[in-house]
Amino acid sequence: MKLSLFSTKNKKIIKDPLMGENPISIHILGICSALAITTKIDTAVVMTLAVVAVLSISNTVVALIRKLIPNKVRIIIQMSIIASLVSITDQILAAYYYDMSKILGVFLGLIITNCIVLGRLEAFAMQNSPGEAFLDGMGNGLGYGAILIAVAFFRELFGFGSIYGYNVINDNIYFSGYENNGLMILSPGAFIILGLIVWVHRSYTKVIDKG
Amino acid sequence: MQHYINIIINSVFIENIVLVYFLGMCSFLSISKKVETSIGLGLAVIFVLSITAPANWAINEYFLAEGALDWAGLEDINLDFLQFIVFISVIAAMVQLVEMLMDRFSPVLYYNLGIFLPLITVNCSILGCSLFLVEREYNLAEATVYGFGSGLGFFLAIVSLATIRKRMRYSNVPPTLRGVGMSMLLTGLISMAFLGFSGISL
Repeated sequence: MKLSLFSTKNKKIIKDPLMGENPISIHILGICSALAITTKIDTAVVMTLAVVAVLSISNTVVALIRKLIPNKVRIIIQMSIIASLVSITDQILAAYYYDMSKILGVFLGLIITNCIVLGRLEAFAMQNSPGEAFLDGMGNGLGYGAILIAVAFFRELFGFGSIYGYNVINDNIYFSGYENNGLMILSPGAFIILGLIVWVHRSYTKVIDKG
Repeated sequence: MQHYINIIINSVFIENIVLVYFLGMCSFLSISKKVETSIGLGLAVIFVLSITAPANWAINEYFLAEGALDWAGLEDINLDFLQFIVFISVIAAMVQLVEMLMDRFSPVLYYNLGIFLPLITVNCSILGCSLFLVEREYNLAEATVYGFGSGLGFFLAIVSLATIRKRMRYSNVPPTLRGVGMSMLLTGLISMAFLGFSGISL
């Protein structure tokens, strides 16, 4: 089989998690970090990069050794691969981007228990070739990031009146009585914004939950 | 004594792990469809948290933290970077152990909690609690009480969401908002109510 990067199948692998199979809004995986670090866009971007890196590398590694993993201990093996990668990411971030690593704090470590990673390893990497697994990891990481950045966009805009650190709301508007909405920075704002985004996204993709 | 009660009140109401720190959201949303199962999961989380918190505290204190290996004559070694791997393996091992002990000594409890135990390994609230313990520099007693209190907070949050979702069955929710979307909005409202406690200083 000739392996080409942009075959229809590979495109589908990357594109699906961005829309119809989005890990957050459709499969409800990895919500914890989606809410905790989305008060500002820059933390959301760093978190996305970290998850994309961990997810695509662990997917590739597991796909490479998938035939060697005994079925009974596979979860432990997967967990230790994820935990090692997360530790490496944490160390790299602490070395080169110390302020950000302080802000993310324990939530970077919690990528280990982010269900997206384990879920993709179980559902995809255990059955597919390393190349496809890598693309799947990228796709899911980006699909996760898209929602993360969307939530962060609204929270930062309404909570701080800025987008990616730049003030967008004119002083005159504040002067005429507009105020930043403090609720957006607190936890209820995160829940409500994510709930609304899930609603919009599901209306668009026409996914209906029975529960 | 009062100090410990304050830790419990703080971790249940003021800094609830689910509603304020967003930990354990996945199981919080997916297991809250029925009240009975949510009670089961809540109890299992209380149980596992009260065991893993002191265990991870001890391992961090005597093996991983900076200068922790003094007792072995290895002052210069700092195994901080192994924290994630060690904590998650301790949690996985403890959960397995609890499962086996329960099966042996209390089959009834095992029957009721059994299916939730493996799920708990990947529940972020457990790992998150262990990481918070280290960050806040608690001692052993405080760590145990904090673990128990956080579990109680999770229990309270998941049972209240499950009961509200039960009532929601009679309401006419737009189809695409049903399920997760609605649960998120409800959680937002519960969390807003809990914000009322944040003014309390202990």
